Amino acid sequence: MKQSLTMQKVTQLIGLGSLKSLSNLFSGKIGKDGVTLMLKKVVAPLASILLFIGLWHSGAKALYNMEADFKIEKALNDQGEKAADEMRACIAAGETGCQPNTLPSPAQVWASYKSLLKDHNAIRADKLAFKEKTAAMNAKRIAEGKDAITYTGRPSFVDQIMTSLKTVFAGFLLALLIAVPIGILIGLSDTLRSSVNWLIQILKPVSPVVWLLLVFMIVKTMTKNSESDSAFIISFISVGLCAMWPTLVNTAMGVASVDKDYINVAKVLKLGAVQKVFKVILPSSLPLIFTGLRITLSVAWMVLIAIELLAQSPGLGSFVWEEFQNGAMDSNSKIIVAMFVIGIIGFLLDRIMLTIQQMVSFNKNEGV
Amino acid sequence: MNTPTIKEQSTYTENGIIYPSKVMLDLNKLKKVYPTPKGEYVVLEDLNLQIMREEFVTIIGHSGCGKTTMLSMIAGLNPISGGNISVLGNPVKGPGPDRGVIFQSPSLMPWMTALQNVMLGVDQVFSHATKVQRRDIAKYYLHKVGLEGAFHKKAIELSQGMQQRVGIARAFAIKPKVLLLDEPFGMLDSLTRGELQDILIEIWNKEKITAVMITHDVDEAIFLADRVIMMTSGPKAKIGDVLNINFERPRTRKDVLEHPDYYQYRKHLIDFLEH
Ligand SMILES: Nc1ncnc2c1ncn2[C@@H]1O[C@H](COP(=O)(O)OP(=O)(O)OP(=O)(O)O)[C@@H](O)[C@H]1O
Ligand SMILES: [Mg+2]
Repeated sequence: MKQSLTMQKVTQLIGLGSLKSLSNLFSGKIGKDGVTLMLKKVVAPLASILLFIGLWHSGAKALYNMEADFKIEKALNDQGEKAADEMRACIAAGETGCQPNTLPSPAQVWASYKSLLKDHNAIRADKLAFKEKTAAMNAKRIAEGKDAITYTGRPSFVDQIMTSLKTVFAGFLLALLIAVPIGILIGLSDTLRSSVNWLIQILKPVSPVVWLLLVFMIVKTMTKNSESDSAFIISFISVGLCAMWPTLVNTAMGVASVDKDYINVAKVLKLGAVQKVFKVILPSSLPLIFTGLRITLSVAWMVLIAIELLAQSPGLGSFVWEEFQNGAMDSNSKIIVAMFVIGIIGFLLDRIMLTIQQMVSFNKNEGV
Repeated sequence: MNTPTIKEQSTYTENGIIYPSKVMLDLNKLKKVYPTPKGEYVVLEDLNLQIMREEFVTIIGHSGCGKTTMLSMIAGLNPISGGNISVLGNPVKGPGPDRGVIFQSPSLMPWMTALQNVMLGVDQVFSHATKVQRRDIAKYYLHKVGLEGAFHKKAIELSQGMQQRVGIARAFAIKPKVLLLDEPFGMLDSLTRGELQDILIEIWNKEKITAVMITHDVDEAIFLADRVIMMTSGPKAKIGDVLNINFERPRTRKDVLEHPDYYQYRKHLIDFLEH
């Protein structure tokens, strides 16, 4: 009982309230309303998922047949009847060399997902073995003051995800550290706000690609003589700069629009500037600041993929790009796996931010 | 200490002995002009009013005549267009904790608890006191307004009436020289309003802080006041009439309602408002 209660709280907190009815279903607690609720919250979404997969499946099948027909016709036109028959047989036999290359089916994507996982496990085992093998040697090297030998093998899909997450958090943190303080300053002063407004309005719509190039110009020069990981630095700074604008604007707006009554209270009490900012202005604008941060994080995640792809820094973006250029048999389905992973992680990040936003919002009816 | 120590400049002489002035608050030829798109709008003009130490004054007048404008000028939250306001002979230049304000909406910081809201002011005004002393002051006043069980409740979780109780505690706790109240109970139902009037007057009987309170409620104006000030309708509003309420203190609602002069007073005020 207690466990199901906390479970309920958790699911509600992370905005997955619909799971509640699922857990009710399993614990056998459904009344009359429960059935309609179940239909709405469980059956309908499940049906829509099935419908989606069905449409995708038949679409992919149609595309596959179209592509196959093209191939056979091309063989017929180029090399004659015999080649066409060979091609037809080859496709039917499912040989890798002649498969039509098009939108993969759900089953293919699922298979790629499993193979990516298998690949990850293999690489992990490899890494562990490497670590064991080099443990003694590394200990000795460190004792001698030399650098340890590190694993330099190919990163697995999961490693790429981790790299992307690391980059997005670094970028998000950068955005937060730049946008919140500046937003507060701008929000506090009318003069400052109107004098920098043009700059914000111009910079806000600049595309991620341009930010990347700009950061590239600067970072390239600055890291010329150091051994730091400039691809990582370039991509996280670009992500931060692209994504910080909603936080900047929201913070400034929140600070500028603090309830006049609160300001009057601060004035009557003659609170000092620091006290006024930290005790009155900041707490009252926190909900808006967090709304901004939530948008910032989702923008950061969205542009990250594009930036990694362009900057050639490791991560999901470059994974997608490499697979696309690779053009192997299962490349397309790996790209679609990456697409789902990107989408699901984006969704989870947003939910986490929403949860934090609701926790800091003093007015519980607000938000979402 | 953050409150500027105010030299009590004004004095009065009686039988050759110099006493500190009885006048706490002096509004002299006060004028307020609001710029509007259609030109200047003179809300108050040539308004003169003296309020004595330990006096409770209520102000009534038609909506929009400039009561809030006048009160916020005393508080220092609204610039003066002409004439002057002084507290114990010192001209008012801006807001300060010597003039506590209770606003119509409780204006509590919703993210703070009841205690934190009161402490916000106490910490500021009694910064020389120890943390324990300051907490005791805040708790004492919260206790006085009947909130001893709600110290640690977030302001947003309190009912309107309870929030306004915190507002009262916050205002008294900083021990102002003048207390300014702008329809503090206007948003409450009549039962809660009665309760809060009782609480307010009970604390006031003890502390005797000079109080200026705007109200729309004639009965409230009589029950609380030593003097009821009637303002003329704007534009160019000024003091129209003054009614002394000669009930002794402490008074109970029952005493007041049963007093033979009560209906006389009431009629006086209503006659003024209806003309
Ligand atoms: N900031 C302002 N700018 C222009 N005009 C204003 C401003 N504030 C108030 N006024 C006008 O001044 C007049 C007096 O307003 P005020 O709020 O002082 O009235 P009030 O007596 O408190 O009314 P109520 O009883 O409804 O609270 C009104 O006509 C109002 O429209
Ligand atoms: Mg008013």
